[in-house]
Order: sequence, then structure tokens, then C-alpha cells
Amino acid sequence: MPQDILGQSPLTVLVLVPALVAAVVWLVPPLRRLARPIGLATSLVVLAGAVALAAGFDLGAASETQYLQTNGWIPAFGASYAVGVNGLGLTMILLATLLVPLVIVAGWKEVTLPAGVADDDESAAAKALAYRQAGWVALVLVLEALMIAVFAARDVFLFYVLFEAMLIPVYFLIGVYGGPNRRYAAIKFLLYSLAGGLLMLAAVVGYFFVGTDQGPQAFLLDGAQPLAMPYGTELALFLGFFVAFAVKAPMWPVHTWLPDAAQQAPPGTSTLLVGVLDKVGTFGMIALCLPLFPEASRAAAPVIIVLALVSIIYGGLLAIGQNDLMRMIAFTSVSHFGFIVLGIFVGTSTAMTGAMIYMVAHGVSTAAMFLVGGFLTQRGGTQDMSAYGGMQRVTPLIAGTFLVSGLASLALPGLSGFVPEYLVLLGTFQHAPWMAIVAVFGVVLAALYILLAYQRVFTGPPSTTHAGMPDLGGREKVVMGVLVAAMLFLGFYPAPVLDALTPVADAVSTFFVGGVA
Amino acid sequence: MFVAPHIEWAALTPVLILLGAAVIGVLVEAFVPRASRRLVQLALSALAVAGALVAVTWRWTVVQSSGPRELVAGALREDGPALLAQAVLLVLSLLALLVIADRSRGEDGFAPTAAAVPGSEYEDQARRAGLAQTEVFPLTMFAVTGMLVFPAAADLLTMFIALEVLSLPLYLLAGLARYRRLLSQEASLKYFLLGAFSSAFFLMGLALLYGYAGSVRLDELAVAVPAMAGMDGLLLAGSALVIVGLLFKVGAVPFHAWTPDVYQGAPTSVTGFMAACTKVAAFAALLRFVYVVTPGLTWDLAPFLWTVAILTMVVGTVLAIVQTDMKRTLAYSSVAHAGFLLLGVIALDERGIGGVIFYLLAYGLATVGSFGLVSLVRTKDADGNVTSEAGHLSEWAGLGRRSPVLAVSFALFLLSFAGIPLTAGFTGKFAVFSAAVAGGAWPLVVVAVLASAAAAFFYVRIIVLMFFTEPPVAEDGSSTTVVRTEGLTAVAVVVCAVGTVLLGVVPSAILAITAQASKFLL
Repeated sequence: MPQDILGQSPLTVLVLVPALVAAVVWLVPPLRRLARPIGLATSLVVLAGAVALAAGFDLGAASETQYLQTNGWIPAFGASYAVGVNGLGLTMILLATLLVPLVIVAGWKEVTLPAGVADDDESAAAKALAYRQAGWVALVLVLEALMIAVFAARDVFLFYVLFEAMLIPVYFLIGVYGGPNRRYAAIKFLLYSLAGGLLMLAAVVGYFFVGTDQGPQAFLLDGAQPLAMPYGTELALFLGFFVAFAVKAPMWPVHTWLPDAAQQAPPGTSTLLVGVLDKVGTFGMIALCLPLFPEASRAAAPVIIVLALVSIIYGGLLAIGQNDLMRMIAFTSVSHFGFIVLGIFVGTSTAMTGAMIYMVAHGVSTAAMFLVGGFLTQRGGTQDMSAYGGMQRVTPLIAGTFLVSGLASLALPGLSGFVPEYLVLLGTFQHAPWMAIVAVFGVVLAALYILLAYQRVFTGPPSTTHAGMPDLGGREKVVMGVLVAAMLFLGFYPAPVLDALTPVADAVSTFFVGGVA
Repeated sequence: MFVAPHIEWAALTPVLILLGAAVIGVLVEAFVPRASRRLVQLALSALAVAGALVAVTWRWTVVQSSGPRELVAGALREDGPALLAQAVLLVLSLLALLVIADRSRGEDGFAPTAAAVPGSEYEDQARRAGLAQTEVFPLTMFAVTGMLVFPAAADLLTMFIALEVLSLPLYLLAGLARYRRLLSQEASLKYFLLGAFSSAFFLMGLALLYGYAGSVRLDELAVAVPAMAGMDGLLLAGSALVIVGLLFKVGAVPFHAWTPDVYQGAPTSVTGFMAACTKVAAFAALLRFVYVVTPGLTWDLAPFLWTVAILTMVVGTVLAIVQTDMKRTLAYSSVAHAGFLLLGVIALDERGIGGVIFYLLAYGLATVGSFGLVSLVRTKDADGNVTSEAGHLSEWAGLGRRSPVLAVSFALFLLSFAGIPLTAGFTGKFAVFSAAVAGGAWPLVVVAVLASAAAAFFYVRIIVLMFFTEPPVAEDGSSTTVVRTEGLTAVAVVVCAVGTVLLGVVPSAILAITAQASKFLL
């Protein structure tokens, strides 16, 4: 792919395409009936664009920002429109653009009219349904645009703005299309994120004033040296950013919005939320916290590592105790994010590489769990695991894909979860063995929560209420097939992803690991 | 010997255009037949505001090329901040005028004859005869004239006269609501009484300052301040009282008590006009007074101003959370915004002036737009008669499903009030807060950020109500409906919405202009 298209970075094009299509689909009434095919086609085009982007990416210089475009935006605030990707940003964009078409396909028939809308007038009902579906497609596409943009942002201010803007489509995806208790979940999500975002805003403003020149390019990330500032200031600014990212990631003890959101959101939304959006938190830690505030990161690392270890164990324990399938998956993610944060703040090259590839692997396996969980619970009419039993005889394909995704999630060798978890544990062990020993309990817990859930839902005597439940249809087979293939690929042949991520991890850990002892 | 002052007529064109339109408007009431009166008034007022805007733009280019100067023997200043505030004022006035003039189902938002006893037979006859109180237009023009002079006034007497010229028509306008007449008249009386108090404060402060410096001119006061010849009691009390008079007009705590009642009782279109434009004028005047006269008094006035700013932000936010009426919620939100704006005043940093004016534009666009939308959402009783506005928050439930465009625009304005990125409100907050940090007032910024976080709660609550809540079933069979209008409000709302988005996404052009208005001419 060329380094620029009409003077714009191809990343800009990749952001604009879904955003414009979203506006057209929502605003032009005749197109609303075709919203889903248009949305799917757009997301496939964007995926193709992202793949072309990856093909043109110079792996030899993966730690450097490529496809860089820098324009002045708000010179008075030091903000620029700067986009570009290194190996990490590119991988995250590929993950996001892969998941979006899968979510659209998986949710093809998910959007229905809410209960209570009279269906006596058929044409009015069809119109209302088309409107609702168009709204859903538009929100998913807007979210895709924002996700690509946030992973490509190379300006602190731009990153912050996109970080906040992402809340709005997610809020509506949960609040309009979610389950019975969706309002509570949507508001909890929004308030947690807004509170974190405002802390980050304060830190962004503070960062601007710490800079000596406060010029029009004050917020640019590329070429920025860590600003000289008193240690207390640096720590305060670091915490402003870190807390916002920890809420998003989500880490214990600011994770409590996630189980509610995942329980009430439609499975597709949970997929994007946990699979990609939450990675913005860990992405921000790597791309902003460490390079901008190395001293403070080093000083805070021990505390953060302890919080990460608590997340690993706490998330695992609570996952075992859940009755609601979606809440269970959410708590497994709290545990997994603990591993990612552990890897980042241990900071050795091995652990950092592990954390980065963990972000991709977890994105794929969690997406598979949420989507197959959605296929199951929508057929069964409930998310309560105790209502099921013996489903492997009724729906063998759902059972099989759930098991594969679960095994990937618990890091079975040969599946996506193994390489990153191994790398994080190895890197942590080299750094401080006791940390690795605590973290290993998380692996044991993972086996428990996955296999216990599988046992409760899929083995034993079949429940009579779900006897005639249909198995995966063609559309759903495609979705799960792609995800299983991705998990196998990352399990057996992680080399290309490692090639893209290792140089970035090396670059980050050279200036970060020094002080950690 | 009396020397007639030299008067720079060219520089006065914006004010003269508006004053002329107001006077002609009064004559129109007397001479033009009733049938065509409204149209003539509307055309006259809109042209006058637009013409004044062109004139202000022209003066801006003149000032850019040949520098600021004093006018009319030092009574007025023609400098960057004054012209910029005037331009913002005129843009917002034009939009507010469209909302004021709009009619739904053949009725505007004003009483058919304001003089009638509410609920009387005479009032009923007037309504059936289709009378209209077209004096609204000249009254608005007089108010805008006063507002236009206020930011440029360079001595306290001129400032006081401008204050009265802008206030008196507003007292009248507040009492003209078509529905809930008693509430409207109460609002009018309350506004008048408290406004009279504030004028008294202002005059008292003026008198004390004259006693101190022997002059009411701001530049001579500024020179006299450092002297402090054992009369600092006069100086401090005088400055504080003048500031109190201005704080009344912007609705800062503890001088905000009139705001909720007046905002609720006044005709909604007038509330939008008053909330947006009075704030611009009063903050511009406050900026000039604080930046020109009191830099030498920073240490003495800081405890007072900081207390007021913190109280305003906290009280406005907390009380907005517990409101159940839409207009009262917006009223308390405007109090909170006054607090945020005070940060830019206290900053005493040259970035503060442009920041405050930008914030006023952002806030004004969202205010005019949101009150315009509030005026369209009405209660329909069981017989299908559309009556007053749906004031109670619960009546807004489920509006997103039935009127998605209205609900989305209203949500946009609320997001801008809340200061969410990519809306004008965010850019404004960033500009003002960063000026305050530069001015060393970072503890105030911390309070402001916390208050913004809490304020987001009630803005989001309204959005939730509109989009995610089922409309309530009222026992008396009444429901909420959105009325059709002639379209003027729609035009105003669209302009406000587009402006809100543009100022959020690509604000650099406007920020570059406001940055040029960073200095008052002494």
C-alpha cells in the first residue's frame, strides 16, 4: 500500500470510509433496509484495506511509526492531527477490522423490535425494524472508525478526544440494543469511563503546561522526549493517564462496570467492547504512560504489579462463582487483563512481547466466547448456566467451538492463548519469581472456570426444555470457523505477529526496564 | 467651558443601526396595519442585527489595521475584546431572534395582550381575535443595543446606562409568556426587583470608586489603584460592589436566586435569548473591569472571587441534579457555566479573554438551540388540545423514539454543555481551564473538573430519559407532543447544531481570531 493517498495517510482513509458509510446508512431512508449488507461490505473493504496496510508495512522497522501523517489541528492547544502505526498499532487495527465483519454477520438477526411495539401494522413495523437495524449498523461502523483512529493516533490530545468519543457509540449499543437491565449497565459504563476520562483530561492539560514551549506541536508523540519535570508532577500526570486506562482495561478495583455491561450488552457489542475497546487501556499504558512518564512508571510498577496479580486471582475466582454465562466471560477477562498489565509493568522484553501478543490472542478468544455464548443463550432464552445441561448432544457444534475458545482462553498449547501466557510468565519469572508463582495460580483458576462452565452447560443429562434447539447455522459456522482458524494460526504460527511486536516491545523495554528491580 | 466631544460616527455604526431599528420598530407599532406588522417587524429586526454584524466585522478589520482607540471622549473603547464580544452577541441574537419570532399553529410564544388580567374574558377575546404583541421585536432590539454598548463601555456611568438599557426590556419580555401567565408575571417582577438591587449595588460601588479616584473612567481608576493613599477601604468596597452588580447579571452564586424562577417563567424563546446574550454582555463587561482596573488588587479580591467561583460551580451543579423541571435544570446548569466562565476572569492571563469569549459562543449556541427545542415540546391534554410546554422532565421520556431528530439535536447540545470532546463545549472548557492554569488558579481547575464530572450526570440523565425510557401514561390522558412550526426555530437549531459540531471538530479558525483579542485598550 502506498504511503499516502491524495496526500493523506491510508490510515485516514481507513477511518473515513466506515464513518461516512455510517452517516449515509443512517440518514438516507431508502438505504436503511440494505443497512446490514452495506455494513458488511464496508467492513470487508476496510478489512481488505487493513490487510493491504499490513502488506506494505516494513517489518524491518516495526518499532518505528509508519504511514505517518501530521497536520496542524488546533495550534492554540498544541494539538495536531497525527496518525501513524508501529507494529503494535497495526496489529490492533488488524484485530479490530477482523472482528467488526464477524460481529455484523453474527448479529445479522439479532436486532429485533423491542417488545411492546405493536406489530399489527406490518409496513410500519418493517420500517421501524429497518430503522433500528440501520442504527445498529451505523453505530458499529462509527465504532470501527473510532477504534482504527485511536490505535493510529500519534498525538496525546487526539488520542484523548478519540478515547472519550468512543464512549458514545458503545453507550448507545448497550443502552438501546441491550438486555432488560440495559439502562443501568449503560449508565454505569458511561459514568466510570467519564470519571476516568476527566482525570485523563486534567493530566492532558497538565502535560501541556509542563512543556516549555507550549507550541502548536506540544502533544505530538513522535519525536517527543520525556519532558523534564519535578518527580511529583510526573507522578500526578502518570496517575491521571493510568487510572483512565485502568478503568478501561479493566483492572481490579475499577472493573465493576464490565460484568454488568457484558451481561446486558448484546454479544456483538461485548465482543467489540472487551475484545478491542478495552485493549485501548493497555495500548495507552504502552504507548503513552511508559514513554511519556518513564520515571513515574518505574516507581509505580511494584504497586501496579500487585494490583495486576490481584486482578488475575480475583477475576478467576469470581468467574468460577458466576451463574450468568456472560458475566463469567467478563470476569475471565478481568483475569486476563491482569496478565497483560503484569507483562507491561514487569517490562522485560519477553514479558512486554507477551503482553502485546496477549492483547491480540485475548481479543480473538474472548470474541469467540462471547459470540458462541450469544448463539447459545439466544436460542436458549436465558444466560443462566444452570438452566442448561447436556447441550453437547443437542448442539455439538456450539459445544465444540465453545470448548476450543475456552481452551484457547486457558492457554492450551497449540491455541492462541499459550504463547503470550508463556511469555508473560517467563518474563515475570526472570524478573521476580514470586510474582510468577502467584500468577500461575491464575492459570489453574482458568482451567477451573472454563471446564466447570463447560461441564455445567454442555455435559450431563440434557435438559428437557432445550431438547430441540438448533445447532449453528451456515452464517454462524462461518463466524466461528474464522475465529477458530485465527486461534489455531496464533497457536501454531505466531511468528508474523511476533515479528511485528517484538521490535516494539524491545524499544519500549529498553528505556523502561532499567529501573525495575 | 464646555467643549463638545468629537464623536466617531463610523465606529458607532453597529450601535446606531440597532438603536435606529428599535426606534423605527416603535413607530411601526403605531403606523403599520396589524395584519402586516409582524412581518415588517421581523424583517426590520433581522436586517438590523445582520447589518450590525456586518458593521462589527468591518470595524474589526479597521481595528486590525489601524489599532484600537477610544471613542466619544473616552466613554467607549473600540478594541479587540469589545468587537469580538459584540460579534458573538450579534450572532447569538440573530439566532435567538428567529426562535422568538417563530410561530407554531399560528401562535407565537407571547401573550396576545400582556395588559389583560390572566384568565380574564378580555384575554380570551384577544386570543380569539388573534392579537399579537409585536412590541416584542423593538423590545428585543433595545436590549441588544444595551448589550452591544456594555462590552465597549469604558467608564462606569456608560456601563451603568448600558446595563439599564439592556435590562429594562428584558424585565418586560420575561412577563409576556402565552401560557402560565401568573408564573411569567411573577418571574418578571422577581427579575425586576433583583435587577434593581443589582443596579443599586453597582451604583453604590460606582459612587465609592468616584470617591476614591475622583473619576469614573476605567483608565483613570487603573492609574489611581496603585496609589492606595490610605483609602483602600473605598477602593476595595467600591470594586467589590461593582463586581457584585455584574455578578448578579451573570447569575453567579450567591447572586443567582433569580435565575431558576425567571428562566422557568419567562417565555422560552426569551429565556434562550436572555441566557445566551446577557451572559455574553455581562461577562465581557466583567472581563474589562477586572482586567483593566483590578490587576493591582489581585491579592485583595482573590478570596472573594475564588469563593464566588467555587460556590457557583458547586451550587449550580448540585442543584441542577435535583431539579425536575427542564427549564430549571437548564437554569442551574447556566449557573454552573457562569462558574466555569469565572475561571477565565480570575485567570488574569491574556489567554483568558479569548477563552471566555470562545466559551460564551459555545455556550450561547447550545443555549439558544436547546431552549428553541424546549419551546417545541408541548403537553397535549386528553381532548387533543396542545397547551403549554412540557416542563416536567418525565414528560420528555421516550422522545427519542418519536422525534429522533429533535432528540438527537437536544442530546448534542447537552453533550456540549457537559463538555464532551468534539463538541464546542469541550473546546471552550479547554480554552478557559488552560488559561486558568496559566494564571495559577489550578485549584479552581480541579474543582471545575470535578464539577464537570458531576454535571455530566444530569445531562446524561436527560439523554437516557429521551432515548431509553418508555413514555409515561398520565392519569388524565395527557401526553407529550412536538409541535410543527413555521421553520424559523428549525433554522436556528440547525445553525446552532452545526456550529456546535464545527467548533468542536475544527475550532482553530475561531480560536485564532479569539487569540487576537487578548488585550484591552486602557
